[in-house]
Amino acid sequence: MIRLEGVTFRYEDMQMRFDVAFPKGSFTAVIGPSGGGKSTLLNLIAGFEAPEQGRVLIGGADVTALPPHQRPVSMIFQDNNVFAHLDLWQNVALGVSPSLKLDMAQKARVEAALAEVGLGALMQRKPGEISGGERQRVGVARALVRDRPVLLLDEPFAALGPAMRKDMLELVTAMSQARDLTVVMVTHQPEDALAAARHTAYLENGRIVALRPTAELFAAEDLPGLHAYLGDWRSAKL
Amino acid sequence: MIAYQPSRVPAVAALALLALALAAGFLPVLRMGLEQGLSGLDPYVLRVLRFTLLQAGLSTILSLALGLPLARALARQSSFPGRAVLLRLLNLPLALPAIVVIIGIIEVYGARGWLGGLFDIYGLQGILLAHVFFNVPLAARLILADLERIPPESWKLSAQLGLSPLAIWRLVEWPAIRSGLAGAALLIFLLCASSFAVVLTLGGGPRATTLEVAIYQSLRADFDPPRAAMLALVQLALCATLALVAQAWGGLAAGWPALRLQPRRFDGRTALSRLLDGGVVLLALLLLVPPLLALIGAGLFHINFSALLLRALATSLGLGMASAALAFVIVWPLAVLAVRSGAWRKVASIAVLASWIVPPAALATGWFITLIAQAGMTGLAAFLVIAMNALMALPFVSRVLMPALAQSAEAHDRLCLSLGLEGWNRFRLVEFPVMKRAIGLSLVMALILSLGDLTAISLFGTQDFVTLPALIYRQMGSYRFDEAIGTAVVLSALVLAFSSLAERWSDQR
Repeated sequence: MIRLEGVTFRYEDMQMRFDVAFPKGSFTAVIGPSGGGKSTLLNLIAGFEAPEQGRVLIGGADVTALPPHQRPVSMIFQDNNVFAHLDLWQNVALGVSPSLKLDMAQKARVEAALAEVGLGALMQRKPGEISGGERQRVGVARALVRDRPVLLLDEPFAALGPAMRKDMLELVTAMSQARDLTVVMVTHQPEDALAAARHTAYLENGRIVALRPTAELFAAEDLPGLHAYLGDWRSAKL
Repeated sequence: MIAYQPSRVPAVAALALLALALAAGFLPVLRMGLEQGLSGLDPYVLRVLRFTLLQAGLSTILSLALGLPLARALARQSSFPGRAVLLRLLNLPLALPAIVVIIGIIEVYGARGWLGGLFDIYGLQGILLAHVFFNVPLAARLILADLERIPPESWKLSAQLGLSPLAIWRLVEWPAIRSGLAGAALLIFLLCASSFAVVLTLGGGPRATTLEVAIYQSLRADFDPPRAAMLALVQLALCATLALVAQAWGGLAAGWPALRLQPRRFDGRTALSRLLDGGVVLLALLLLVPPLLALIGAGLFHINFSALLLRALATSLGLGMASAALAFVIVWPLAVLAVRSGAWRKVASIAVLASWIVPPAALATGWFITLIAQAGMTGLAAFLVIAMNALMALPFVSRVLMPALAQSAEAHDRLCLSLGLEGWNRFRLVEFPVMKRAIGLSLVMALILSLGDLTAISLFGTQDFVTLPALIYRQMGSYRFDEAIGTAVVLSALVLAFSSLAERWSDQR
């Protein structure tokens, strides 16, 4: 579904190189030290960064030269997924039409999406009047109405408490299974990866060092960088 | 929880000093104004008021009309060759003394200038041109600062949703600048309504004069204190209203908006938007660059370190350092309390605006009347100039000190409480070493303001008591324009040296 072929990208002193494929319907977590290139990987897929060399393919089509909005991709960020001056309904409706002119069927879709993420009763609220977890749900609802086959998650739950994080993760997992989405999720929480992702990639210094089934990756003995990155967590959990 | 309670004595003393200065300025003006009653509002006063409002209104509209597209172009084109240089160029008019820039403008558009004869710069057109020169960069910097506060995710989201330039303007840019725009407009209007040097040099007699300059003329040329008092009362009502409205609206932006890291944007890549943005930038360059080039080009050949110039230089530096120190001594104790108490924050935010609420010429009128009634003022001139320059610097000094002090309070209060560290010891061991940069920056900003001031020195200066701006004005007036240009280059070099120091300190903070 998603393929990066010989993609290179330079950020300050770091030369990154990605050769990787994420099959259709897969849910992959990406872990690794900060500044290792996790967000850059998502930005390259979404089209927020252009590779120096190589190609980005989604669904077999070369999207390397396409601007972000023409790619079959939705992305949820850690923060600022909403425009603060628009109400929740408008924020989600932007995913259907940038001019906010919706027909009856589209309006129904927006309302259904808000209901699906549990915000049906809060549609007319402004983002400032709801909790941080609810704001992230707005991003999920917008991804629902956009209905793109690829969903990228850039630490979307990092600012949430444990219970809220678990709820959100379950919501996203259910949604991606029901719609057969291809999901790539950047996270610092091994629990998130274990709970939701069938595969996990370990990324450091601009390279994907390993991409394995999640439990296998966390148990791996051959990755010293990963050992250092996980630290005490590993001995506590495994 | 027990909070750190700094001593209130120095703050009360600072407030008392301010109150004394304002009362000495305000009360005589009020008394003399009330004695005349409505009869004092003669056609001359009303004509001056009308012109003041007209030129300030037009200056504000023109400055925003170019400043807004310029800010948008600079925000949208986040990387092009020369962008950093252009941003520094936008700082120049804010740092350079008005009189220096006016010399450059006359050198380009004046009768014998590069583009001489295009229009008559003495009168409304010249005043507007000079005000636009100063305030387009100010408007652009203020609006740009608001645009750069838009979170990077909003740009990613806009790109992913495929928003059109119009939708981006409506949904992202306009909401971000809307509230700041009113504040910027009020600030520019206030600056233009009380601008002195521009109107003094480019105004064309009684036809094109503003309250601030008319007060000066009544006091120093016509020796007519009652008329000065009437004008001062009108000016005071106007500026106090504007300053208080602006303050209530979210604060006057006094200071240089900091350069931030430019978030990546994904719009504005089409040929049309590049062309439009390029056109706007070109227009701004055409406005800003020629006067600065003319100043350097002509001035370098006319620098003459005469005894007069050296004396003016020494006077300027002495007055500047004294008023910077005075401004600091007034702001510090207020700021120390303001960062820890909401009530003091309100008091301090109004107190530092004293010179904007009671504008310099109005204040000077009162001081003048008081002191003439007492002893005469020859011996006091230097003190009055220092006091007035310190008052004018208060908002800038507090703008720099407040955030740094708030940070220090947050970081150190509990530890200092537990160690019993307070008062002078706390200043010496904690605040001073931690805030060295901010303190230096606030002093240098006050110094720069004072170095460029023409208002106070015109109101109180004498034949033998001359600063660099006053010397430039005198040389202009006595048909020695070449000498004036030379002096202007010396003054700009001095100010730019200090402001590059200030910019380095503010970048590293």
